[in-house]
Amino acid sequence: MKYVDEFRDRDKAKILVTEIDALVATMDIPDDRPLQIMEVCGGHTHSIFRYGVEGMLPKEIELVHGPGCPVCVLPMGRVDDCVSIAERPDVIFTTFGDAMRVPGSKKSLLQAKADGADVRMVYSPMDALAIARANPEREVVFFGLGFETTMPSTALTILQAEAEGTSNFSVFCNHITIVPTIKAILDSPDLQLDGFLGPGHVSMVIGAAPYEFIADHYKKPMVVAGFEPLDILQSIWMVLKQIKEGRAEVENQYARIVPYEGNEAALGAVARVYELREHFEWRGLGSIDHSGVRLRENYAGFDAERKFAVPNVRIADPSACQCGEVLKGVIKPWQCKVFGTACTPEQPLGALMVSSEGACAAYFQYGGQKRDRQMAAAP
Amino acid sequence: MNIATPIRERALAKVHVKTVTLAHGGGGKAMKDLIDDVFVRAFDNPALAPLEDQARFDLADLARRGDRLAFTTDSYVVDPLFFPGGDIGRLAVCGTVNDLAVGGAKPLFLSCAAIIEEGVAIDLLRRVSASMAQAASEAGVVIVTGDTKVVHKGACDKLFLTTSGVGVIREGLDLGSHTARPGDVVLVNGLLGDHGAAILCARGDMALESPIESDCAPLNGLIETLLATTPGVRCMRDATRGGVATVLNEIAAASQVSIEIDEAATPIREEVKAFSEILGLDPLYLANEGKIVIVAPADEAETALAALRSHPLGADAQVIGQVGAGEAGRVTMRTVFGGRRIVDMLVGEQLPRIC
Repeated sequence: MKYVDEFRDRDKAKILVTEIDALVATMDIPDDRPLQIMEVCGGHTHSIFRYGVEGMLPKEIELVHGPGCPVCVLPMGRVDDCVSIAERPDVIFTTFGDAMRVPGSKKSLLQAKADGADVRMVYSPMDALAIARANPEREVVFFGLGFETTMPSTALTILQAEAEGTSNFSVFCNHITIVPTIKAILDSPDLQLDGFLGPGHVSMVIGAAPYEFIADHYKKPMVVAGFEPLDILQSIWMVLKQIKEGRAEVENQYARIVPYEGNEAALGAVARVYELREHFEWRGLGSIDHSGVRLRENYAGFDAERKFAVPNVRIADPSACQCGEVLKGVIKPWQCKVFGTACTPEQPLGALMVSSEGACAAYFQYGGQKRDRQMAAAP
Repeated sequence: MNIATPIRERALAKVHVKTVTLAHGGGGKAMKDLIDDVFVRAFDNPALAPLEDQARFDLADLARRGDRLAFTTDSYVVDPLFFPGGDIGRLAVCGTVNDLAVGGAKPLFLSCAAIIEEGVAIDLLRRVSASMAQAASEAGVVIVTGDTKVVHKGACDKLFLTTSGVGVIREGLDLGSHTARPGDVVLVNGLLGDHGAAILCARGDMALESPIESDCAPLNGLIETLLATTPGVRCMRDATRGGVATVLNEIAAASQVSIEIDEAATPIREEVKAFSEILGLDPLYLANEGKIVIVAPADEAETALAALRSHPLGADAQVIGQVGAGEAGRVTMRTVFGGRRIVDMLVGEQLPRIC
């Protein structure tokens, strides 16, 4: 594939790995305290596992798989609310595919579908709007989910529904925002992270500017990274280089996609349609101030939360679950007490086992339960 | 084949309505007309023609062909019924033929049971049965017995088919997925993931248009060619649901070996790669309906490859990996990027990722 294969080039990867090795050799990193670099975005986690990137890195570097999988961090209470809406006989509930399997306290959307709810998988909110047009006698609800990456497309769909007067369409809004989340991680007392790979797709919308506080206030390097394996290796090298030179800056490796100031049109739609919530509940991380958005009063007619009464009950994460510690890099997925035993992709207990982008599910699927670095490294 | 029962000479009835109603499942004249006009007319063969409640086979004739019978069954509920490169009828014949053939059996006889939703067009059934007849003829098998049921609207989705198949395994041939040994090679007969991608596109709910066609084909001819030149073949599996990844895991587990495949050697069409990339799917898990995974001793790798490539359904055959003595049941892949990852069994259905 043109413009894709170039970023998966084995020979260029070898050069980058050699450069990383050379840089690490000059850095005097203690054996018992490897450098921890967090990739914030689930898309990065997926690429890292899919291409075996982690096994190519020297033992002095540890990748910490961050909270950027919107499916994983969705709390059980919100899934219960989805199920409650989906089970209304007048409703067609539309959702992205990988949200179907997220467990609620009683069931997932997949189970609700099996029990008779009209749950349909869509690839875009515009598909959901088309279903609404085709079914004027039904209420069509779209499960709005994701960071700033998917926020604009939901906003534009609402604006489109308003413009064309499709009133049987609404959004159950669970969109979340990245900056307060990174801040919450940086504020946690047990933090050990040395640098960040910034989320490429989110940054395509919001730009690189909003991350400046990470460098200014927390003195940590952040490199906005693309999703191909060469992007990731190069970004790791850029983070290392900053650490080596004692710099803490926001750099943009993904400049072919991410403009520093973001995408004006997308940000305009987002600002028009959403407002920040006081706080939003995250699986594994608890409540984070200003980390979620809801629809503004002007779009109340398209807000499923206002249109339908939902239980809105807060369900505590299972107590055995150590997702929070994994998310913050305090422990590795396989060090969790329930990894691969009480918590598996078939029966996920914790958030990170839910989607293939979740750190635990990724380890389980691509890394296996028995984990050692040599296993992952090509001989 | 000798048929003990004489063929009853009779004119086949005709259906004069356009759609199937519950009357066509009632056991009366309407049902007989439907079976005659749609199925018997298309499948016409001496074993079916007597229309007894069972097909009858000459044991002596079977015994001359081999020393074991192989018997298999499979149901087909594909949506949509017609898709680029095939349809439910072709699938129902090829799937069962392939299930027999990968065990080394020569497929001979098929049954066909159809569950039909009321309201389905008779012409649709005619198209499906014609396609089954065509596939059976390509595979050199006959459909010798069958059944139809008509159910209320909503009780099934248009048309479900079940085919069972009988084949004969020749003396001395004993393939088994528990027989892979360290050092063996793993081959496939061509491009992977076409069927899964074609079906997902044909459902039309992702507004993607693609030229990808299902690879649905009977593989018994190809397998016969392979076995004629490569006596050491350990086992074969057709990589249907769950794709090549699932089959490799099954073989690794059954043989208590590890398997490592090489991403660069794994043949996948550019269109299927791009399609998977857009939707966040992994082509290793996409279904195939004309692809088999073969394990053979390393010293027969070249012979096997040449045999496969000599057949039109094996033109793109490749050696994709090796069997090893690593962790039993473990399948890994050397990525194009130079890394290495585990290729595990899928938990459920592959669901597209959100972003």
